[in-house]
Amino acid sequence: MKKNTLPIIIILAVLLGAGGFFISNQNNVQDTASDQKKIGFIYIGPPGDHGWTYMHDQGRQTMEAELGDSITTTYIENVPENADAVRAIRKLAESGHDLIFTTSFNYMDQTLEVAKDFPDIKFEHATGYKRADNVATYNSRFYEGRTIIGHIAGKMTKTNTIGYIASFPIPEVIRGINSFYLAASKVNPDIKIKVIWAYTWYDPAKEADAANTLINQGADIIVQHTDTFAPCQAAEKAGVLAFGQASNQEQFCPNAHMTAIEDVWGPYYAERAKALVDGSWASQDTWAGMKEGHVVMSDYNTKILPADLIAEAKAMEARIIDGSLHSFAGPIYNQDGELVVPEGSVADDGMLAGMMFYVQGIEDQVPQ
Amino acid sequence: MIFGIVNIILIGTTPLVFAAIGELVVEKSGVLNLGLEGMMLVGAVSAFVTLVLTDSYLAALIVSLISGLVMSGLFAFLVLYLMANQVATGLALTIFGIGISSMIGKKYVGTPIDGLSPYFLIIISFLVVIFIGYFFKKTKLGLIVKAVGESHHSAHSLGFNVIKIRFISILFGGAMSALAGFYFSICYAPMWQEGMIAGRGWIALALVVFATWKPERILLGAYIFGGVAIMQMNLQAFGVKFPGQFFNMMPYLVTILVLVIISGNKLRIKLSAPACLTLPFNKNQ
Repeated sequence: MKKNTLPIIIILAVLLGAGGFFISNQNNVQDTASDQKKIGFIYIGPPGDHGWTYMHDQGRQTMEAELGDSITTTYIENVPENADAVRAIRKLAESGHDLIFTTSFNYMDQTLEVAKDFPDIKFEHATGYKRADNVATYNSRFYEGRTIIGHIAGKMTKTNTIGYIASFPIPEVIRGINSFYLAASKVNPDIKIKVIWAYTWYDPAKEADAANTLINQGADIIVQHTDTFAPCQAAEKAGVLAFGQASNQEQFCPNAHMTAIEDVWGPYYAERAKALVDGSWASQDTWAGMKEGHVVMSDYNTKILPADLIAEAKAMEARIIDGSLHSFAGPIYNQDGELVVPEGSVADDGMLAGMMFYVQGIEDQVPQ
Repeated sequence: MIFGIVNIILIGTTPLVFAAIGELVVEKSGVLNLGLEGMMLVGAVSAFVTLVLTDSYLAALIVSLISGLVMSGLFAFLVLYLMANQVATGLALTIFGIGISSMIGKKYVGTPIDGLSPYFLIIISFLVVIFIGYFFKKTKLGLIVKAVGESHHSAHSLGFNVIKIRFISILFGGAMSALAGFYFSICYAPMWQEGMIAGRGWIALALVVFATWKPERILLGAYIFGGVAIMQMNLQAFGVKFPGQFFNMMPYLVTILVLVIISGNKLRIKLSAPACLTLPFNKNQ
């Protein structure tokens, strides 16, 4: 037994090392010139998800292209939203990064924890609300896009049943459901929305199961707030309609994909990197939408959507951009029938940021 | 509607059945392979990449099975010949599988493919379980595998080649895991995404314990686990609310419960768990 121990340890070490290398081959820190700023990203999924992380990575590439040699970027992918995130963020901080973007809601406390220990390093946390002197937050008004897909779904559904695959019960997701429902019920008062909480952002098989379950229960349009194109693919197979998530997913489901809400982070990342380079970076909260080009609708699918509906959707886009249409314009009631946004006013950002209730008409309850 | 639910349960549960029945044979022979998740991922990615390159489902299946044989062969070599610790090696195999599948699949993420209908493999999954049940109950070879798992020294002194039998059992387990991976990326969710098995390898491992090492109970357990997951989605869509997190931990909770129940009776655990599980075999000892 004894004499065998050494080779085993060596082989195990090689195996583990190889696995570890393949996992981390993306986060090798490059050598940099001294005046070059280093910018790091923490991703929840792989950049190849064609969804949330993919679009952050596109934004990173835009930033690199715009700033050229004045910056260099790194990313760590597949970072879980637990204590591992602290290690990943700390790793970037310790390897000389000047600015670190953490791109998922549940990195919030971890980002602040690391930021406390590195006051000279700047952090930006996506979709969160806790800030510090060296921690900024940024988010996009994706709910504006959900108003448009709600309008389209309201007009396109034949069964008046919409299947909605949600990830976690957090304000971001609940705001999306409300925004979608308000727009859909405006054009189709009979519409019914069925929600499945997947409790994951990323599990293609589970997302497909959820889509098939909703279709089986009579939904003829699938809306998702999870990260892969599996639901759209399931819709395609079942012959129902769907919307893409985060990026244009039409190539995966050409006969189901009506449009998608695209997250465009590039301009924001470039702007913040420039601020870092010229020294004007300051902690702030950015919440930008269609007007600023952070939220863009994918090409409307002319094979599925009638021309007049496409025109309506485009007109809505224009009205959202010029400010004459707001996703949460009163009167809005909550499920208890209380008036939460009076007629003539719109929901303020405070209410939107902490939205943990469904609006009146949704026959469901927010999970506790 | 009911038919639809049954259909979704069948589609979702089949990979668990394949991976678990393979692992059952491995454990029956006295070896614990914790590398299911890694082998499934490698099986899934090699099937996907082969399909993209050759456009042939058969080639994808063959390459996927070979990848499972290679992965499990590596494991078998380490634990049988070098007598490495089975738990550590199995974990290493999973970590290795996660890494190498991501690397192989990097270029192919988001490549659209035409999925294969799952029904043929669903039927095969039932047949495999029936066959393995028959194998252990009625065939001499099945008894030999069991004997090796229960007491390798006795089996050895009776003249059976313990190492060879364990090696073949491990290879069978690897092939079944790879088949589960093939089913995953070609039939179930026709795409390649990094880490797309999403923990089902661990559920399959839990299933073997849940089934108390009895083939027919693998089917029962898999369909309970799979059915619960789909039923909770159905209830959610009907508007019935309960904590979804609870159902995510159900398989593990139930497995722990089963472990507690069977370990409460020393005779019963002796009857079900292979006595030589995880013990290395050295014929000179």
